[in-house]
Amino acid sequence: MRYYTTLSALAVLFLFPLLWSGWASLADPADYLRVARYGEGLGTYAANSALVSLMTVAGTLAVSALGGYAFACFDFPGKNLLFLTTLAVLMVPYATILIPLYVLLGHLGLQNSLVGLALVFVMFQLPFALYMMRNAFEAVPRELGEAAQVDGCGTFRVFARVLLPAVRPGLVTVGLFAFLASWNDFFAPLILLNDGASFTLPVAVVSMTQHTFGAVDYGMLQAGVMVMAVPCLILFVVLQRHYVRGFMSGALRG
Amino acid sequence: MTATLTGRPAAPAAAPPARRRRRRAVTGWLYAAPVAAVVGVLFVAPLVLVVWMSLNRWPLLGPAALNAPRNYLKVADDPLFLDAVAFTLKYTAIITVLLSALALGLALLVQDRRPGVGFFRTAFFLPGAVGFAAAALLFYGMLNNDFGPIDPMLRALGVTGEPVRWLGTPDMALFSTIALVLWRFAGFNMLILLTGLQAIPVEVYEAARSDGANRWQILTRITLPLLRPTLALMLILSVTGSLLAFDQFFILTNGGPDNSTVSMVMVVYRDAFFRFDLGGAAALSVVLLVALVALNTLQMRVLRRSR
Repeated sequence: MRYYTTLSALAVLFLFPLLWSGWASLADPADYLRVARYGEGLGTYAANSALVSLMTVAGTLAVSALGGYAFACFDFPGKNLLFLTTLAVLMVPYATILIPLYVLLGHLGLQNSLVGLALVFVMFQLPFALYMMRNAFEAVPRELGEAAQVDGCGTFRVFARVLLPAVRPGLVTVGLFAFLASWNDFFAPLILLNDGASFTLPVAVVSMTQHTFGAVDYGMLQAGVMVMAVPCLILFVVLQRHYVRGFMSGALRG
Repeated sequence: MTATLTGRPAAPAAAPPARRRRRRAVTGWLYAAPVAAVVGVLFVAPLVLVVWMSLNRWPLLGPAALNAPRNYLKVADDPLFLDAVAFTLKYTAIITVLLSALALGLALLVQDRRPGVGFFRTAFFLPGAVGFAAAALLFYGMLNNDFGPIDPMLRALGVTGEPVRWLGTPDMALFSTIALVLWRFAGFNMLILLTGLQAIPVEVYEAARSDGANRWQILTRITLPLLRPTLALMLILSVTGSLLAFDQFFILTNGGPDNSTVSMVMVVYRDAFFRFDLGGAAALSVVLLVALVALNTLQMRVLRRSR
């Protein structure tokens, strides 16, 4: 019994802030009306966030699926070097290469661009995603690909029709991590975006605490927090199994 | 399933002819090309660029000019940065100790499959599904004296009579940030430890129990030693993450009061976007980068040895 009492007390501590924020934001529905009209309009920021997340997820899935296949099934010169360089992204602190990235994206015409931001997110996701996908392709029984090849499918068709469906759980995990990271990240958009109209949700909502004249509108702020948090909470609860599997197979041995 | 265990694609029984192998190498490169492009352009190039920038006077707007090693000399006598180093180290030490202890406690509590345990695991992890920026803003509102619920609750319980200045003094600002980080990351670290705990074979515990070991002995003689690689991994993540702290201080305390909670990365940000000195920010970045890569390598060594 003491066991469950302890657990329940802890659960209350952990859930309380979320419940309070939800309640505080709902206490006055006008909060949501004000947040909807904040700055460029919440719809703009949410659309920016959604677009960046979509591009990040699609880009990460495409690059890591193709790459994972290459690393699992082919031998080519420079293979190990490329793999280790990709994993080295994990060794280099995120914050320290954003300033050169800001300059570099400027030269590529991608400064203040949601596409540029998404590309940066794809790069930061790659070590985990590539590692996951390589392992996923390696775990596919070889006979599956070989049988398809004997039946006359070319390599790309084997990849797209036979192997890709077989690694779908890995793709879901990679996509989920890519979404959570790109939807929630604050530092990269803070540095790479400098025009209010292209802000993503985290940057826009944080600006509520800093650019309001006079007092901070706390009710509106919590409404903004909920708009950011609820999609992640739902997604996490629905896809929890895939998230945990990401830990088991990728995050740990990387 | 044997093929999955070897970890390498099984070569066809007979060695393929050289031409076929070359064709497969080209195909392999084609599939890996997007990885190479992304990593080359967005990772290797900025790494080279940050070093080059650190050797130049590089204003936010306008042309750059070589001025090495002035940016590095500035690092050494920037009092705000040196304070930030001291503060960040202190913060890292506190967070690492508290977070590990809390995560370990939670992981041990929910490691066995008992009824309802799944719910508690989810409850502890749920803050981790919320973005860090959103979590910081949530605390920003929650700790507000007029709007937040904490102060009225403490007053109702008679713990304090007057409003608590959660972000108003250096110590309280640090305390509040620590509370935020523990809340947000305890479940995440618990999950890491759980994967390690579940890798310990049940037979080991059964053998220990049949030998008459009590719970404390099982914890200290079996669980913790076998958990060491996972603990080490968690420590690496926690140390690295804390040394690079930005969001929590930028959003919750905004470096205040009186610059008492300015982290190292905040100084980099300030140099670049408030002083428009990208060269100086790049030099700070290089210093941080070298320090962290060295630290990571060192920790990795220790981790390998402990395996």
